[in-house]
Amino acid sequence: MTGTPNNSGKTVLVCCGTGCLANNSMEIYKELKKRVEALGPGFAVRPVLKTTGCNGLCEKGPIVNILPDDIFYCRVRVSDVDEIFEKTILRGEVIERLLYLDTSTGRRVRSHKESEFYRRQLKIALRNIGQIDPASIDDYIERGGYNALKKALFEMSPELVISEIERSGLRGRGGAGFPTGYKWRQCKRVNSFPKYVVCNGDEGDPGAFMDRSIMEGDPHSVIEGMIIGAYAVGSKKGFIYIRDEYSLAVRNVSKAIEDAYSRGFLGRGIMGSGFNFDVEVVRGGGAFVCGESTALMASIEGRVGEPRVKYIRSTEKGLWGQPTVLNNVETWANVPVIIDRGADWFAAIGTDRSKGTKVFSLVGKVKNTGLIEVPMGITLREIIFDIGGGITGNGKFKAVQTGGPSGGCIPEALLDLPVDFDSLDRAGSMMGSGGMIVMDETTCMVEVARYYLKFLSEESCGKCTPCREGIRRMLEILEDICAGRGQEGDLELLLELSETVKEASLCGLGKTAPNPVLTTIKYFESEYLAHIRDKRCPAGVCRKLTSYRINTDLCRGCGLCAKKCPAGAISGKPGAPHIIDVSSCIVCGTCREVCRFNAVEVIGGRSE
Amino acid sequence: MIQEKRGEDLSQVKSILDRYPRERRFLLAILQDIQKTYNYLPREALNEVRDYLGIPLSSLYSMATFYKALSLKPKGTYVIKVCDGTACHIRGSMDLIDEIRKLLSVSPGEVTKDGRFSLETVNCVGSCALAPVMVINDKYYGNLKPAMVKEILAGYGGIRGDWDTK
Repeated sequence: MTGTPNNSGKTVLVCCGTGCLANNSMEIYKELKKRVEALGPGFAVRPVLKTTGCNGLCEKGPIVNILPDDIFYCRVRVSDVDEIFEKTILRGEVIERLLYLDTSTGRRVRSHKESEFYRRQLKIALRNIGQIDPASIDDYIERGGYNALKKALFEMSPELVISEIERSGLRGRGGAGFPTGYKWRQCKRVNSFPKYVVCNGDEGDPGAFMDRSIMEGDPHSVIEGMIIGAYAVGSKKGFIYIRDEYSLAVRNVSKAIEDAYSRGFLGRGIMGSGFNFDVEVVRGGGAFVCGESTALMASIEGRVGEPRVKYIRSTEKGLWGQPTVLNNVETWANVPVIIDRGADWFAAIGTDRSKGTKVFSLVGKVKNTGLIEVPMGITLREIIFDIGGGITGNGKFKAVQTGGPSGGCIPEALLDLPVDFDSLDRAGSMMGSGGMIVMDETTCMVEVARYYLKFLSEESCGKCTPCREGIRRMLEILEDICAGRGQEGDLELLLELSETVKEASLCGLGKTAPNPVLTTIKYFESEYLAHIRDKRCPAGVCRKLTSYRINTDLCRGCGLCAKKCPAGAISGKPGAPHIIDVSSCIVCGTCREVCRFNAVEVIGGRSE
Repeated sequence: MIQEKRGEDLSQVKSILDRYPRERRFLLAILQDIQKTYNYLPREALNEVRDYLGIPLSSLYSMATFYKALSLKPKGTYVIKVCDGTACHIRGSMDLIDEIRKLLSVSPGEVTKDGRFSLETVNCVGSCALAPVMVINDKYYGNLKPAMVKEILAGYGGIRGDWDTK
């Protein structure tokens, strides 16, 4: 190393969220670390290297962010490490080609905060993620962590904490949108001890990873929220139930709990006050229904996770029959900020009846996939086209699925719908925990409905007959339709079954299970009819109802499809239109995907 | 079908049990630890748990069959989990499963004859931005295409053909 580089106070943040880890970010961290350690003792101010939780921009990972200049590098490779270290970390130079490319303007921006993806967002629940090392309690404290707890314990009565949460208008982020302050008040009223607080981290909706990122990237925010909640309702014991598949979240939360104990934020006499609180992690066992609050409590008790009737609320009789407050991860993470900055500040964000922000995982056929946090009331169009950058490839938007298996598919006509609890409900979908899956014209809506019912039929615990049997019968009908055996009357039967399943099931799983079917029939009926009457899958997904043909006017004979076809079903001379041999075609869709001239057309099914 | 192995060394079950108080609420955690150690829940181990917690065997079986993380049959040395969450599904996870089925002659829920791989589908591993995703033990593979599967499996010592001879 030569010269006297200017490296004063540089902090290098390497994203180690699950997305970036899968793209090798740990190697990048290790390589950077080697170089920092090799700097020798001559450096007065050494660069500080940290691993962080998910930045949200998983599509562009691995991500390396260099502070204080806020230089944001995307898709970093191990081979870039030397250059980053020499140029940016030691000399403060920017490496143009690694900067974030803003798809909306076509320009590279130095800080991702200047990008469309980031500019529209407002981070409250995700305030620290990507900025701190989740394994470091000092990082959390440095950014104001545990201030709210101090304020609550020493300046506020439990009553005042509850009224503050009530006034903020915070509603449960787990899906149903139940007012958090009201829930706490109900629990506080009950004069029975012990009381419990529970964090629901059993995020099971396919296509959703908000809670995962919070638990992995900022575990202390959840713990702090829980301690405040426990203080408010008078609980001494809490549980964080984390989904079995989330091993990194289990690790990071466990470490955070340990650190919080050693600093006196948990245990006896918290921060020198008279308040005691203990919390422990419970690993889930891989059952979707355990995301339902009463099933989750049964699971914590060491039983099979079956929901119970809720004419007595959990706030009265929950865990072991005792008063229990159960909130979702994101809800808990919001609590410290509300206490710290005040209910008025929070209530000024969002819409009339939905306050604050919501975290969404924006995935599917959208350009910028990842984790976003937006103020309530933003429209779906803004989320998908401004933040998400629109549809991948040359695709055309078809629908967006919100609310997971309990939600519904929203068509283009409703894209200007504001995103809040009530608007989505009215459209037949729901906010859910925040999965947002964008679908384009190559997604078959009938098959999507089939997919969700398959999921739900497997995850139904079997306690209620309408859910256990009803979903299965509905699935059979959908499978028939997808396989070309659909008949007149199927849609009516589906609607009738939907009504019974909705009406007669005990818990949220059954009550909302027909939503994917109902919304797809409501908004995409013609697609169902194409399957049933014309035996054709317009999206080209249902294999029995699809065959491909090459449009000889559009085909330039480049041969790419023939090269990529796994079945060897495409032939043709270079420069001349190619032909698909229907008898050996396996309808995988590869040709359609690789064709640069859109020459591969979807036509109706093959006769059996 | 794989038969349940007989005569497992149960010493590790005892050390797992020693870590937990005799309370029902630790049942799931105990079963998960046993699953992790043995790759399944051996019958003899369940007997030990029954005696330790005083819970009927039938309840243990209902736990074992309810929770997906638990299994009564041994899983493969390498557990291939193909994510079939919505994001992966619409980006072609079924094509990955077809490819693995072709390469390893194994269907979801099954174990290969030599006991090395088991294939499972899971409903979302929370890495939707990398869809479609496959996880082998704890390693994530994202943005997959069916054509990439063969090479990845080769890294774990086998695709069909070179493995039939083993």
